[in-house]
Amino acid sequence: MEFFTISMLNGLSYGLLLFMLSSGLTLIFSMMGVLNFAHTSFYMLGAYFAYSISGAIGFWPALLIAPLLVGGLGALFERYALRRVHKFGHVPELLVTFGLSYLILELVRLVWGNATVPYGLPEQLQGPLFTLYGTQFPKSRSFIMLLALLMLLSVWLLLTRTRIGLVIQAALTHPETVESLGHNVPRVFMLVFGGGAALAALAGVIGGNTYVTEPAMAGAVGSIVFVVVVVGGMGSLAGAFLASLLIGVLQTFAVAIDQSLATGLHALGINVTDQTFGHDLLQLSVAQVAPILPYLLLVLMLIFRPKGLLGRRDG
Amino acid sequence: MTTQAYAVELKALRKSFGKTEIIRGADLAVAAGERVAIIGPNGAGKSTLFNLISGRFSPTSGEILLNGQRIHGLKPYEISRMGLARSFQITNIFGRLSVFENLRCGVLWALGYKYAFWKFLAGLDDANQRADELLHMIKLDRKRDTLAMNLTYAEQRALEIGITIAGGANVVLLDEPTAGMSKSETSRFIELIREVTVGKTLLTVEHDMGVVFGLADKIAVLVYGEVIAFDVPEAVRANPRVQEAYLGSVLADAQAAEAGH
Amino acid sequence: MANSVVKSGPLGRVVVWGLFAVLLIVLPLLFRSSLALTMLSQMGYLVIICLSYNILLGQGGMLSFGHAVYTGMGAFIAVHAMNQATKGAIWLPVSLVPLVGGVAGMFFAALFGYVTTKKSGTTFAMITLGIGELVAAMSLMFPAFFGGEGGVTTNRTYGAPFLGLTFGPQIQVYCLIAAYCFVSTALMYAFTGTPLGRMLNAVRDNPERVEFIGYNTQWVRYLGFIIAGFFAGIGGALAAINFEIVGAADSLSSVRSGGYLLFTFLGGATFFFGPIIGAVLLVLASVLLSEITKAWLLYLGLVFLLMVMYAPGGIASLIMMNLRVAKSGKLARLLGWYALLAVTGALTFFGIAALIEMIYHMQLNEALGPVLSFLGIELNVKSAASWAGTVVVALIGLGLFELTRKRFALRWGEVQGEIEAAIRAREAA
Repeated sequence: MEFFTISMLNGLSYGLLLFMLSSGLTLIFSMMGVLNFAHTSFYMLGAYFAYSISGAIGFWPALLIAPLLVGGLGALFERYALRRVHKFGHVPELLVTFGLSYLILELVRLVWGNATVPYGLPEQLQGPLFTLYGTQFPKSRSFIMLLALLMLLSVWLLLTRTRIGLVIQAALTHPETVESLGHNVPRVFMLVFGGGAALAALAGVIGGNTYVTEPAMAGAVGSIVFVVVVVGGMGSLAGAFLASLLIGVLQTFAVAIDQSLATGLHALGINVTDQTFGHDLLQLSVAQVAPILPYLLLVLMLIFRPKGLLGRRDG
Repeated sequence: MTTQAYAVELKALRKSFGKTEIIRGADLAVAAGERVAIIGPNGAGKSTLFNLISGRFSPTSGEILLNGQRIHGLKPYEISRMGLARSFQITNIFGRLSVFENLRCGVLWALGYKYAFWKFLAGLDDANQRADELLHMIKLDRKRDTLAMNLTYAEQRALEIGITIAGGANVVLLDEPTAGMSKSETSRFIELIREVTVGKTLLTVEHDMGVVFGLADKIAVLVYGEVIAFDVPEAVRANPRVQEAYLGSVLADAQAAEAGH
Repeated sequence: MANSVVKSGPLGRVVVWGLFAVLLIVLPLLFRSSLALTMLSQMGYLVIICLSYNILLGQGGMLSFGHAVYTGMGAFIAVHAMNQATKGAIWLPVSLVPLVGGVAGMFFAALFGYVTTKKSGTTFAMITLGIGELVAAMSLMFPAFFGGEGGVTTNRTYGAPFLGLTFGPQIQVYCLIAAYCFVSTALMYAFTGTPLGRMLNAVRDNPERVEFIGYNTQWVRYLGFIIAGFFAGIGGALAAINFEIVGAADSLSSVRSGGYLLFTFLGGATFFFGPIIGAVLLVLASVLLSEITKAWLLYLGLVFLLMVMYAPGGIASLIMMNLRVAKSGKLARLLGWYALLAVTGALTFFGIAALIEMIYHMQLNEALGPVLSFLGIELNVKSAASWAGTVVVALIGLGLFELTRKRFALRWGEVQGEIEAAIRAREAA
């Protein structure tokens, strides 16, 4: 029971972090048709900027400044690079964001080096929030959950209650019409791209010190975020939410399970030894298989339900 | 009554997108070799009808028959292989291939080459000959090696028709073939269409009544997803339901066009 | 995709292919050092791999982030086959091992390709990424097959000599690689002129229209995917023969896939010979450039980004555009501007490079003290003058380059306009 509750909470917090990332990605994709390959690079930048800024003036200012900085950079990139390439088609758009992700990775390694940086939690977030059945649930993870939910709420409010939000929603499906109504759609695109980047950076600010901050962090979470977006259904925010939680919980549970097919067979009275055919496969514990579960889910989803969980717009 | 199957037959065809019903029980029976123009006010569902017949969408209910065989629910390529071809309202060609290559692609399946990767295109005499014939028919001989995306609008529309008839389909659907053309281009284009569709069954969606009268043996009037009339032009003009649907405006144009002949 | 470099008839083709064969034979004789031979060998199989990648990208419009799966699996099956042959369990001369790799690549492309080609465009790209990660992650789960951290080693000198070759010395391996390179290139070129090859182009240009001329778009993509997998497997197997070791972390990684993508694009995806240029650049960059500067990946990323934005057809398209200008006799007008562009560009580049090198020096070479030598000039990371100087040089260079580029663009536009007018005049005649 305790294992279940703690793992569930951990899984949910990881899933919400994934959602913070995949939501920005989905928004950008829905509006501009561009899958931003550099999205998790913005996540990484957020973490590194926060590391440097909190080293200078503390974590809480960094929580505000780092996303703004990264958002600004994202907007600049949209204005000067992405927009240029837009007329060449979707493949060059994807390639330009791929190039950006490469560039950001190298720049990060250039400035901060190859090793993990000691980006630590501020005092207020250290330690457990509560102790459940003898296992601690850290404040930092609950902060992630809080932040993710706040972010979700404010984005939803922004999109549905403000004027700019309505324009964005309209531009999501009919950019030309919105432009002919007099709105500056290119500027809206720039805002959305910058906003998405800022959200990713925000996730990085809190993800970086809860988990780890190193150059490989973008790649590690990158492919999972893309799996989330495809499994949830390209362009569906609700689908991304569902898929994020699903994958977050799935992975967290799997990593903690040491049973394998062999232990299962053992319980049935069948012994698996090194001589058994396929012993490699049978002796794999669920924990060892955990890393590939999201990708397995991707493949299965594609075979049985290519639209994704709640898919709308096709890639 | 004739025992021959109709070339295209629609029976109680219905199509809804979500809660909106676009096609509400359309019935139509086009005999082989007939040239039919489908007209109707905007939003009547003409393009949707074409999309249903050519397999881009599948109907919510009802039947579509091609030469007596059921084609509703089949994939576009399956229907195409059964002898139906369509053109598009928005030009749909292969931009980075030359005009000649565009046409040749259109004949490959019909000539049986399928997914062959052990033969050379250069050696397929029948395909190359047919492509050259088509090139001549659509009068783009001079632009043989030009990339399709570098053609003028009217030339691209001609190429569009060329690709459509390339496979030798007996039933041809043309979706607003003269859209966006000037008067002189339109009349030349109608000549072209008449030449290349000799002996074939032709269904075309058109707004230009001059084109309709120049091209069609029969007119089908589509209003709110139903075929309210299907007859020779004079009978359609006299039909009170059609007059009611059009409030006389389009027909007045038609009368003017007729008067001009 | 433009699939002929020379538009003239059969004679032109014989000349081009003859030159290619001659080049393959002559290069190792011209460049005799062992480093050169290593590089030439790598170029040989990378040409096959990049060309196979371009079947997807340039011919089919399919952007794949997971091509390393097929080169990697080709390599792994090849080493295992070679090890079995060394034990005597199967008969397989070394000269036929690349074919085994090809079949392996084909098999896995057939396996994964069905699901992968269900979608197109961006979704396709994401699926290839996912499957690439899947296979890479699975490799840790089966150490018996994938060799764990140390990889799987093999010996390429087993069995009876083939035409007197034992494949021990590097030059003999090069011969094998060169032979397969020539034949594979010829086959892939031939493919572009087949019905399937052409329909793959049509699918790239207008996937929906293809369905309405009788073709199943997914099937066209799927078959193209399998053919690309075949040649990828051949390339992977040759790499395995070359190094006599295959490691999962390296051969199946998304970094490697990204490399194929980057350099194929850099070389030029819109012309058949573009990936050949890309493969050559890949080897030059990873072997030579990496020695010159630690920041070579950063430069690579910058060049790639600039290419996507300003020359999406790659180097091949730049060559072809200038060839067209040269054929019309107008190249002389642009030469002066090219020279000016080169000078201002170099200035900008060296200014920025100096900055980058200084930052790297600060970061990584602290033990060596604050002074570094850049192109013979001494720069001190602790001195404000060095920093200010490099920034000024970079800014001046950038400004001059922009000025020159704008003038050049005008001239270029003029020339293009003249050429196009001439074409139209010829068509009307």
